[in-house]
Amino acid sequence: MAESTKSVLFGPIFENNPIALQVLGICSALAVTTKLDTVLVMSAAVIFVIAFSNAAVSLIRNQIPSSIRIIVQMTIIASLVILVDQVLKAYAFELSKQLSVFVGLIITNCIVMGRAEGFAMKNGVWMSFLDGIGNGLGYSLILVIVGVFRELLGSGSLLGYTILPLTTDGGWYQGNGLMLLPPSAFFIIGFFIWVLRTYKKDQIEVDG
Amino acid sequence: MRKDSPMRVILVAVALCLVCSVLVSAAAVVLRPEQELNKALDKKKNILLAAGLIEPKGEADIDAVYTERVEARLVDLETGEYTDAFPVDAFDQRDAAKDPAQSIEIPDKEDPAGIGRRSLYAPVYLVRESPGSNEFSGVIIPVHGKGLWSTLYGFLALDSDLNTIEGLGFYEHAETPGLGGEVDNPNWKAQWKGKQVYEDGKVEISVIKGKVNPNSPDKAYEIDGIAGATITARGVSNLVQYWMGSGAFQTYITRVREQGLS
Repeated sequence: MAESTKSVLFGPIFENNPIALQVLGICSALAVTTKLDTVLVMSAAVIFVIAFSNAAVSLIRNQIPSSIRIIVQMTIIASLVILVDQVLKAYAFELSKQLSVFVGLIITNCIVMGRAEGFAMKNGVWMSFLDGIGNGLGYSLILVIVGVFRELLGSGSLLGYTILPLTTDGGWYQGNGLMLLPPSAFFIIGFFIWVLRTYKKDQIEVDG
Repeated sequence: MRKDSPMRVILVAVALCLVCSVLVSAAAVVLRPEQELNKALDKKKNILLAAGLIEPKGEADIDAVYTERVEARLVDLETGEYTDAFPVDAFDQRDAAKDPAQSIEIPDKEDPAGIGRRSLYAPVYLVRESPGSNEFSGVIIPVHGKGLWSTLYGFLALDSDLNTIEGLGFYEHAETPGLGGEVDNPNWKAQWKGKQVYEDGKVEISVIKGKVNPNSPDKAYEIDGIAGATITARGVSNLVQYWMGSGAFQTYITRVREQGLS
């Protein structure tokens, strides 16, 4: 039991990463990763939403008629996302302005739906909760990596603190404009998947 | 009862909706006061930012600076006179613009900002020369207009000559982050400082396509365009022209140029 708890919680981080292996949730990974502080808030929001939507779906999994199960999951997820959005607007107004629509778009983040449908419908409440946290952490890991590269190479700073002084501010570092644009996240995620699969060869997909 | 019977489906759906709606509406109601405070504070912050009274990254006490340096007044746009028809703190320009009794329809030809209606009165924010003084060194004017996806709401600050721009900033819009959203880019906004609005009583300020030619005779009236945000940039140009023009604040500006800000 202890072993499986561990694998449910930590498995999604490297072994079965939702972005790197399942390639889910790419959209928001491109959108919110230009700055590290938005990444952290987004990650916290996603972890919260996945964990609690998984727990809630698991709690009522035996009551949900299968004909409406998707819309039931969506309703639960949407309510949690609105909750997060409202809390951010009240207590982290600046960040919620920067995240703008992307908090709302957690509703359509495939990871959340994927875990509700793929795991929480078949497993107990506690396990589903842990699975949600694990997948949220796996998602966050990629976002943080992408965010660190993009903010450092694009704006020469981390969490708003200058690391590489930009030439536009009189420093020596010429900011990489590509890093500030969404496609750069594709490249970084691509590199991450490459590195991960070189290290864990069993993740390589076999043709045919 | 079978798990998939229609009764059961309806029952589960109704119960779920009830629980979720209670949760969501409770959150909305409980957090509303906090959110309203944030919005009001954000507006004040943007007024101060437009006028350059606080630093973008500084940790100034916004309420204190605002009370010391800014005085809000209501202007009758028709006559350009100050009015006390409504208490200015409670005046909401957006609500007023929706109320037929408090607003006028703008004919299509005279509506470059694409806002349809404008309120008869509008607030202005006078900048005090020094804390608490009754001498004013500039004025901040609320502006809004259509961009690509959304209406942009912002403030334009003018120096005491009521021609030189001190700053422009938007506090609410939903343009594409990274493209139209670049209207919030500090480097782009910094260009507005020192530009001129009027030449011989005509509004000349505009956002052009591409970069401003440093040798151009009109460079004091031109702002660089934003790559990838043609329509948003045009919207900003239009809304500034509209609000500075004879359809809106020009009467007021002409009057205070002669009679002073107070």
